[in-house]
Amino acid sequence: MTFEVGSGLSIGSILFTVIIVAAMLIWVERRLLSLWQERLGPNRVGPFGLLQVVADMIKIFTKEDWVPPFADKLSFVLAPTVIMIVILLSFAVVPFAPGVGVIDSNIGVLFVLAMASLGAYSVMLGGLASDNKYALLGSLRAAAQMVSYEVFMGISLLGVVALAGSFNLREIVLAQEGVWYVIPQFVGFVIFLIAGIAESHRLPFDIPEAEQEIVAGYHTEYSGMKFGMFFVGEYLGLVLISSLITVLFFGGWMGPFLPPIIWFVIKASLFIAFFILLRAAIPRPRYDQLMTFGWLVLLPLSLLNLMVTGAIILSMQ
Amino acid sequence: MMQKKAIQGKKHATNLVETIMLSLFKDTFTSQVKTLYQVFMHAFVKADTVEYPEEQPYMFPRWRGRIILSRDPDGEERCVACNLCACACPVDCIALQKAETEDGRWYPEFFRINFSRCIMCGFCEEACPTNAIQLTPDFEMAEYIRQDMVWEKEDLLINGTGKYHDYNFYRVAGMAIKGKGKGMAQNEAPPVNVKSLLP
Amino acid sequence: MIILFYLAAAIAIISTVCMVLQNNIVHGLIYLILSLLAVAIVFFLLGAPFAAVLEAIVYAGAIMVLFLFVMMMLNMGQHSVDQERSWMGGRVFIAPAIMSGLLLAQFLNVLRDYEFELVPTEIGVMQVSSLLFGPYVLAVELASILLLAGLVSAYHLAKK
Repeated sequence: MTFEVGSGLSIGSILFTVIIVAAMLIWVERRLLSLWQERLGPNRVGPFGLLQVVADMIKIFTKEDWVPPFADKLSFVLAPTVIMIVILLSFAVVPFAPGVGVIDSNIGVLFVLAMASLGAYSVMLGGLASDNKYALLGSLRAAAQMVSYEVFMGISLLGVVALAGSFNLREIVLAQEGVWYVIPQFVGFVIFLIAGIAESHRLPFDIPEAEQEIVAGYHTEYSGMKFGMFFVGEYLGLVLISSLITVLFFGGWMGPFLPPIIWFVIKASLFIAFFILLRAAIPRPRYDQLMTFGWLVLLPLSLLNLMVTGAIILSMQ
Repeated sequence: MMQKKAIQGKKHATNLVETIMLSLFKDTFTSQVKTLYQVFMHAFVKADTVEYPEEQPYMFPRWRGRIILSRDPDGEERCVACNLCACACPVDCIALQKAETEDGRWYPEFFRINFSRCIMCGFCEEACPTNAIQLTPDFEMAEYIRQDMVWEKEDLLINGTGKYHDYNFYRVAGMAIKGKGKGMAQNEAPPVNVKSLLP
Repeated sequence: MIILFYLAAAIAIISTVCMVLQNNIVHGLIYLILSLLAVAIVFFLLGAPFAAVLEAIVYAGAIMVLFLFVMMMLNMGQHSVDQERSWMGGRVFIAPAIMSGLLLAQFLNVLRDYEFELVPTEIGVMQVSSLLFGPYVLAVELASILLLAGLVSAYHLAKK
């Protein structure tokens, strides 16, 4: 069996690595947050607390898998699986290094956007099936937030697509041989970063699960491994957004001296750390502030960015 | 009137855009980035956490923790079973029974503190006339069985004087015991014969 | 490839039928989303990946989300399921069944003497856009004007 794009070995190792990394991020996030809050964080289970994740998993697997009697059973069970499946499917088009990847698709960027838009169902069905007012409020917020920020996410990517002339993520990386797209597409990068956080509802924009207002939002009624899937899904989303930023704006696996896969891991880890820093530092905005910011600032900016990029590309030809 | 309204509307619109743009640049590039930088710099500050079981914190001597019964400098029990501590206790966790030795000293036959009720308020220590009951800086008293939280006299009594080293109740009090009659205590005048007319 | 095509087509048809027969409106929506995704796979297998992804983004990802959004606003309880059940009598199906049967017969008749292969050349983004912004540019512009009108009226309604 050879290690190439689409081989069984490649698919298996990517799936395994991505899930393990997402699970380990629970520990990484807690340690980094405590580092920035002058605490120590979990350091008891195993060396440096590395086995904390194992302990958490044992706990979460042995918990009672409870479905509330008033819940809509089909949607309630379906919801947490959707987010895991959708995000793991998105990883299929991410080019990790030359020869490492699941598929080499001509519609890579669009596929990621499609999967991101399907991810909204997880949150919405979860909240709707729970039949709980906090869950419903959370999923209402999530739906509006995800549908809105999908728009800016897509438009901010189009600048990169226009520069590379392809929807294929592998070709986008190869097109950044000379200069990373973060320089010509800085505005697009910033918008994609913000929209990415909103899309994966990570902390500055975790309005759908704002603990202080609506208990835990859409996953209020969830427990056991069903909650665990939402939880790991969030970290999978974090890894996905970081990988996508690396691929689209920071030249993917490109870099001197070190092997390509190492460069990819370094760049993606930096963005994961940055997202955790955002969580440690930035307070949550109000819901209407988020929507106003999106539609009145990000939408015009991303359209302007696309127009200027298109005009420059045309004039260069 | 219409014109004024229109102007106002326009003004409102420009204000909105202006505010948003201003807030975007001001907030983003001063406030948010500064916040990120400052929080990031906390990575280079030593953590405040005390790793407790390995690293014991300094406990102040007057900390109100586990309750003990102390002895006087001669090694006798200080407690005279006056029941004042039990009266002062707001949660009624102290129970004791008075008894007397042959030489006339009072002592508790049993002395029981239910630490699962005790709230470590220290009222018993304040109420105690003989400095017998004292609170110590020990706080590690967890048990797996609730019954083990009930401490008897043997568990409570220590072989020391606690916080007050020189105090001995029977040496300063007027109460007569064997070997110390009336008027023989420290700073105590001999008893006055109230039936006599002589000075 | 051909097995996948028939599988996806079967899923599309079965889930659409389930959607129609479903009493619970949320379950019905889930079946509809499933049907749309199956149709997207059919598009993909027919060599139109761009159309497939757009089907997933626009229909399954945006329009159905809005449907579900509206569903959340309405308080759908057991009573709506009961109401639905009372409306879904046998007689309701007669007229639509006859009409769709006629349509099916027509469709089969048309398809009978039509030659087509299952895996044609791939129609990518480039071909679709050059058609959209070439011969059909007027239609695209008209559609965008229609959308703009919709946007303006939605803004007007929201302002009120």
